[in-house]
Amino acid sequence: MLQVNRRPESLVDVKMHYCPGCGHGIVHRLVAEVMDELKIRERTIGVAPVGCAVFADHYFNCDMIQGPHGRGPAIATGIKRSKPQCIVFSYQGDGDLASIGMAETIHSAGRSENITIIFINNAIYGMTGGQMAPTTLVGQKATTCPLGRDPKVNGYPIRVCELLAQLDGSRYLERTSIHTAAHVIKAKKAIKKAFQCQIDGKGFSLVEVLSTCPTNMGISPLDACKFVQEKLLPQYPLGVFKDSDGGMNNVSRN
Amino acid sequence: MGEKLLMKGNDAMAEGAVRAGCRFFAGYPITPQNEVPEYMSWRLPQAGGAFIQAESEVAAINMLYGSAATGIRCMTSSSSPGISLKQEGISYAAGADLPIFFANVVRGGPGLGNIAGAQGDYFQSVRGGGHGDYRTFVMAPDSVEEMGNFPLHCYAVAEKYRIPAMILTDGVLGQMMEPLEFKFPEVDPKKLSEPDWALGECRGRKNRLVGSYDLYEGRLEVMTLNRAKRYAEIEAKEVMFEAQQCDDAQIVLVAYGISARACGAALKMARAEGLKVGLFRPITLWPFPKKQLRELADRVQGFLVVEMSLGQMVDDVRLATEFRAPVHLHARPSGVTPTGEEILKKIKDTLKAGKGECVCCK
Repeated sequence: MLQVNRRPESLVDVKMHYCPGCGHGIVHRLVAEVMDELKIRERTIGVAPVGCAVFADHYFNCDMIQGPHGRGPAIATGIKRSKPQCIVFSYQGDGDLASIGMAETIHSAGRSENITIIFINNAIYGMTGGQMAPTTLVGQKATTCPLGRDPKVNGYPIRVCELLAQLDGSRYLERTSIHTAAHVIKAKKAIKKAFQCQIDGKGFSLVEVLSTCPTNMGISPLDACKFVQEKLLPQYPLGVFKDSDGGMNNVSRN
Repeated sequence: MGEKLLMKGNDAMAEGAVRAGCRFFAGYPITPQNEVPEYMSWRLPQAGGAFIQAESEVAAINMLYGSAATGIRCMTSSSSPGISLKQEGISYAAGADLPIFFANVVRGGPGLGNIAGAQGDYFQSVRGGGHGDYRTFVMAPDSVEEMGNFPLHCYAVAEKYRIPAMILTDGVLGQMMEPLEFKFPEVDPKKLSEPDWALGECRGRKNRLVGSYDLYEGRLEVMTLNRAKRYAEIEAKEVMFEAQQCDDAQIVLVAYGISARACGAALKMARAEGLKVGLFRPITLWPFPKKQLRELADRVQGFLVVEMSLGQMVDDVRLATEFRAPVHLHARPSGVTPTGEEILKKIKDTLKAGKGECVCCK
């Protein structure tokens, strides 16, 4: 019998805890498929965040570490500098990466740390129950802005890829989405490019993935995909924001 | 080994860590510990290691969390306000059983305080510091020589029991120069065996996890109780102290770090005057030399604790001695180093007061 699909070797064969319609499962699989295809599973170390993906350390079939909220890029830095032969990735949500961990995010990019960050942007806090994220849209309701995000009170959402693109140290930055099958395929290509960037010793890479959180938005999985298409895409345009070997600034390192 | 060197305390501590096998350092500038990252910035690359000036103390301790998880010897250092920022990462390292090593070159506090040597971070060091139930192995050097030789012992204890280890020193010891000798052969990190929990290449083995959480009811308690067994073993086996002229002493001074040096001067003057004074110096602050102080308590007229704080270790001396002898306090908080003369005066007050009366509040 012809086997046309299987679980990637880089994923552990366990049931994931994610809610129906959540994007984490898809992105986990994409990262795992990329690890398989690049044959890096046996030398990859992943950093799990605080947030819904905290249990990612139990899902990826490579060495994993779980650390404090937002500190993934710092932890990944310590690992990479201690084990330069390893491929190191940090998997983070929007609150983790763009709120509490913004300093670590910017400075790891500034140092052009040779690590890869997978950044899940679903515009809301998931694990804690639907609070406002730094990426929550203006007018979007959350449990800490029940009437919708009001710029006079809560300010404006942050565009991470655009922010990091200004830094000389960032090497590969792309924003993708997983709300349709076509977008999933593109997201995988971006993730593969980001890991390749690290393998080639070019420096800091980050892939932002627009994702869905039907549970905390109180909508169906299909409506969550529609929300990404209609609301998130205009605020967070997809595309490659940086694809550089650093030019004059390139200090190729492992 | 064997060579006499003249070094600043901070430099000695950094060099001692490198000779003990440290190959990764992350730190952030703060006075009076700046010599440590400055020294590491050239010394570690020379030794084949890596140095990072982190964007904050928070980032530095988390870089250490990552580095220690790969099983290598690493270090961070800071001074009081920066150590407060590191507490999150220290708690995570304790929870993940990572043998991190760090140093606090204490300055005057609270808040921004000042940059003079102080001892106000005793509670923070020996009572956990960060959130949750955990212990840190704490060593308090009183000389540049001990600053240089203690990192090796910190690594040994941290790795044996898988707990965070620290050197609690202060701005005076960090800044002053003294002759020293590194009393151990330089460690080649390549010859250290890789721990069976270290992250790296999972080729041919099951993948490994490092972390501090468990949400299943009761399992976290089991993890913590297992850690407590190791804590008990440390308390039984790893206590270090120095007792000077305590055998016939009526009054025993109790002090650690730079305070103990000032007490040493007072001890000499007191003995020259024929006063029966001794000096008890805890070298490990956790585990605290409870048993030894308890034994002394039945033999002496009283204790005089000298601290550069409002009095923090004095609580541990009182707990250890079970109030079997009066425990007096001479406290100089927020960046003031006591002189031998003022301690001598306090010794005389204490002797005059006899049992039962307290001289602390005068």
